[in-house]
Amino acid sequence: MRPFSYARAPDLSQAVRLGQHTGQGQTDAPVQFLAGGTTLYDLMKLDVMVPEHVIDLTPLRGGHASITPSADGLRLGAFARMAQVAAHPVVRADYPVLAESLQLAASAQIRNMATLGGNVLQRTRCTYFRDPSWAACNKRNPGSGCAAVDGFNRNHAVLGTNASCIAQYPGDWAVALMALEAEIDLVGPLGARHLPFASLHRSADKQPHLETNLRPGEVITAFFIPATAYAQRSVYVKVRDRASYEFAIASAAVALEMDGDIVRQVRIGLGGMAYRPWRAHNAETMLTGKPLTDAAAEAAGQAAMEGAVGRGQNDYKIALGRQTIMRALMQAKAMPAPSRKA
Amino acid sequence: MTIDPAILFGTPTPRVDGVAKVTGAARYGSDEPLASPAFACLVTSDIARGRITGFDLGAAKAVPGVLDILTHDTVGNQVKTPPGPDGGPTPTTLESDRIWHDGQIIAIVVANTFEAATEAVSRVRVSTVSEPPTASFDSPGTEVKAVAAARNGSAPKEDQTAKKAAADAAFAVAPVKVDARYATPPQHHNPMELFTTTCSWDGPKLTIYEPSQFMWGLKSAVARQLGIDPSDVRTVSRFVGGAFGSRGNVTSRTAWVALAAKRLGRPIKLVPTRAQGFTIATFRAETRQHVRLSATADGKLTSVFHEGWEVSSRPSSYKVAGNKATSRLYAAPSIATAVNVVHADRATPGFMRAPAETPYMFALESAMDELSYMLNMDPIELRRVNDTQTDPVSGLSFSSRLLMPCFDQAAEKFGWKQRNPKPGSMQDGAWLVGYGCATSFYPNNIGPAAARISLMASGRANVAMAAHELGTGAYTTIAITAAHALGLKVVDVAVQLGDSDLPPVPAAGGSNNAASTTHAVVKACEEVRRRLAEAAVAAEDSPFHGADPATLTLVEGRLQNANGQSEPLSRAVPRTGGRLEVYAENLPAGLPASAMAQLYDGRAMMSRGDSRKDVTAYAFGAHCVEVRVHSLTREIRVPRVVSAFASGHIINPTTARSQYMGGIIWGISSALHEATEVDPASARLINTNLADYMVPVNADIPSIEIIMVPEDDRRVNPLGVKGIGEIGIVGMNAAVANAVFHATGKRLRELPLRAEHLL
Ligand SMILES: Cc1cc2nc3c(=O)[nH]c(=O)nc-3n(C[C@H](O)[C@H](O)[C@H](O)COP(=O)(O)OP(=O)(O)OC[C@H]3O[C@@H](n4cnc5c(N)ncnc54)[C@H](O)[C@@H]3O)c2cc1C
Ligand code: SF4
Repeated sequence: MRPFSYARAPDLSQAVRLGQHTGQGQTDAPVQFLAGGTTLYDLMKLDVMVPEHVIDLTPLRGGHASITPSADGLRLGAFARMAQVAAHPVVRADYPVLAESLQLAASAQIRNMATLGGNVLQRTRCTYFRDPSWAACNKRNPGSGCAAVDGFNRNHAVLGTNASCIAQYPGDWAVALMALEAEIDLVGPLGARHLPFASLHRSADKQPHLETNLRPGEVITAFFIPATAYAQRSVYVKVRDRASYEFAIASAAVALEMDGDIVRQVRIGLGGMAYRPWRAHNAETMLTGKPLTDAAAEAAGQAAMEGAVGRGQNDYKIALGRQTIMRALMQAKAMPAPSRKA
Repeated sequence: MTIDPAILFGTPTPRVDGVAKVTGAARYGSDEPLASPAFACLVTSDIARGRITGFDLGAAKAVPGVLDILTHDTVGNQVKTPPGPDGGPTPTTLESDRIWHDGQIIAIVVANTFEAATEAVSRVRVSTVSEPPTASFDSPGTEVKAVAAARNGSAPKEDQTAKKAAADAAFAVAPVKVDARYATPPQHHNPMELFTTTCSWDGPKLTIYEPSQFMWGLKSAVARQLGIDPSDVRTVSRFVGGAFGSRGNVTSRTAWVALAAKRLGRPIKLVPTRAQGFTIATFRAETRQHVRLSATADGKLTSVFHEGWEVSSRPSSYKVAGNKATSRLYAAPSIATAVNVVHADRATPGFMRAPAETPYMFALESAMDELSYMLNMDPIELRRVNDTQTDPVSGLSFSSRLLMPCFDQAAEKFGWKQRNPKPGSMQDGAWLVGYGCATSFYPNNIGPAAARISLMASGRANVAMAAHELGTGAYTTIAITAAHALGLKVVDVAVQLGDSDLPPVPAAGGSNNAASTTHAVVKACEEVRRRLAEAAVAAEDSPFHGADPATLTLVEGRLQNANGQSEPLSRAVPRTGGRLEVYAENLPAGLPASAMAQLYDGRAMMSRGDSRKDVTAYAFGAHCVEVRVHSLTREIRVPRVVSAFASGHIINPTTARSQYMGGIIWGISSALHEATEVDPASARLINTNLADYMVPVNADIPSIEIIMVPEDDRRVNPLGVKGIGEIGIVGMNAAVANAVFHATGKRLRELPLRAEHLL
């Protein structure tokens, strides 16, 4: 850990001004925003993030931490805590996949500290990324190579990777946000923006050190999740090596709207196996308008994993991904029909 | 011993140090308050093999508050390399420019604050020349050496060759056989308390505060390394935050911190990081094993062959050779073993909870399970068919062996009868259900030990010995033993441990401590009674004047005779002086008289349950476990375990239950979770933290039931104490793997067992 300066941003405009050099969360950016600190401080202690200035956004909790359900959808302030959202009765009833993906993440202590905004920006768990004594890591040190491609990659991504980086996006909640087609509000030095959540994270290209499309100084202020029938019939399946307090080795967020036995609409988000929060569009298309049988679910799982590339130890994720999607689809099917109509 | 162990032991007693521990009053090594300490932090290597060509310390020294940086150029020859866990050679640290393994200590930074030292470490620049390292078994560059299985001396080599030939012959003609290879991964202890060291000099006198399993061993080892008189070294470790074998022998850090404190003329505290704990201490080496079992059609074993390969560092031949103990488990006419050490560019491994038995029983008990399916026989019945009261290797009788009562009681409570023997046949909703079992056992060891007891006229006693509280409950077991032997209440006995100024006891390892310490304490208590009784019969004012001193006993704070006549300690004690102080030593049968003097020199000789001349002394147990495997996604969970153990007299059932449970949980962990990952190309450890080195959390351990099967064995030792620290973990990994096979029909022979192996 290195010495750094610390300042509290009293309000949004100050935050944006102080944060001009946040550099999209790159590890070498001289300025970093601080929310719950569970990712940032962790990486600072590991000497991976070495900011000179830390700008504490906690005062923004005052105006940007509320949970506001409406007929149109659910608005969540970016500084709401994971635990708070996971326990909210409307979220649990009308957006179960959101509540479950938060509840199954991390530990009670971390969920009490961590914010939604920080959550979607959590960094990969690639052990080579998290330990600067490894020289080769393009994400930490652009152009240095990737130690994981031929190294220990049991929990690395199989979807959306290329040889420059095979790290997986480790979070759970973002997977649910992908399935429910969430949107985000941003405020930055150049003003406010509204984006589909799906465009927040960048795809793998030759620049794995750039993870998101956030501009320097931009603060996530809110998430919006449209109210849908499929959101009510939604589920998060998280497969992991132990029963709690562990990241996924595969996960699926499924939101389903049925018309009798026929799938009217389905949304599938994938986690634990993809470079970024992932959406399985082709599997959704395959399922729509057809009966949801075991065979259809399996075929959809297969389709979702098309193009997946294993690197040795993580080869199993291609089969596991398929099975996880199947399981999530069948669990969603078994849920009671929702009250909300499309 | 004249005292009946049934009087001494068996009353459930809360920990006497429980309140101190949960309120933070218990002082661990680095909690000791010292005047104006400086802080040390370690620089460790990030290559696994090569040489240091130079340091650039400019930026590190420029960090405000940095006081000193020790490297091989500055202090190289001032400290001798400590011995490895087997007493043999082991990698150096600051002695030379050589790098033997990843994470080796290569420099030590000392600063006024912990923060400054930490920052300076990140600013040290090291230049190295790297050589291609060897990571593990399958890497190029390993050196494989066949070694004898025995720890100290062994059967002659020809003997094993002949035995192997006999086993091969029996195997060749047997109607039913298993021939399988197994593998276990490297694992690290990760005790909660880090590998701290605090050193403080007072003139020539050095005090070391360090979590240790062997106060007297640490004392003399560090004295030898520094070339000073052991009587000038004191080691203090009143409470140890978990040890599990990792603190059994001296590691390189200690003497360097002592030297740094001497150079600075100030006390120094070192609190290394969690990651450094993976490379500056020892670990459980990965193994490969080959087992061949053959049997008659009715399940009687006709041969057992078990060969192991274990990784070690380049210089060290340390091995656990677990088949020495496991090969004696079942009756078989033909038994052969072999052990190989595979040298790689790794740190030297060491003791880790049931060091020998945990990996080797995984293979043997998995193979027994495989055999049971081939025979179409219940796996518990297979153990019954091959049960024996005679050690099949030595021909000696077991001092006691309640293996089958353990199986029967565990099976009954578990509901083993509900098991459908067909693999893959039991299901609950989306989860496949499997039942598995395995034998557990552990050799009973005992060593020489000494204790000092003082009894006050107030009826309070003080017991002092350099024993070790590792979380096992040693303060409590010693207080119970002394209290019951002296006829006092447990609260009236104060216990002092963890200080080499107190009488020595052996290293707390191999489950010897309960036996070793209680025998010394009882000896001292018997002497206390004798002195009180002799003073009483000699005194005219005593009701016992002229009586036979042997008829007097200590009961409820009084000296009394068989007729119920008594006098209080407030009268009996002053006759012997201001307080009655007794020092006593216990030398277990079978050890040479010199063993006590050796203990004072920091060497613990041990009477080992698998090497005795009179009997083979083991404790036994049985695990029954249920696993669930998700039918689609294949994650493995263990909802419940029932285990039974017969392990002699149980001193304190309260802490015993915790010990057994801790072992079982660790066994589940060893089956499903734990593995230190080694990067194949660089031979570096990858998951050196508790997020990536997985251990179970509460949600992984819903239910564990322990049955303590009563056992009164006076052949093992006079008090019939067998020790229970290690047995809980033994066989558990196999029981889980066996249950996974039952659930899925898929036999997994490599740990840890994970979803990907079942897809
Ligand atoms: C041991 C452990 C286990 C975990 N297990 C899981 C798990 O199983 N599943 C899971 O999903 N997650 C898991 N996590 C990750 C955890 O959910 C995240 O660390 C947490 O959500 C981050 O939120 P935070 O508020 O603490 O973020 P911080 O650490 O404060 O911030 C993280 C990053 O986001 C930036 N940032 C924060 N808020 C904003 C904002 N509003 N606008 C712009 N930038 C911002 C910061 O600058 C920083 O770079 C785990 C974490 C730990 C430490
Ligand atoms: S996978 Fe990505 S994060 Fe991991 S070492 Fe390679 S480049 Fe770095």
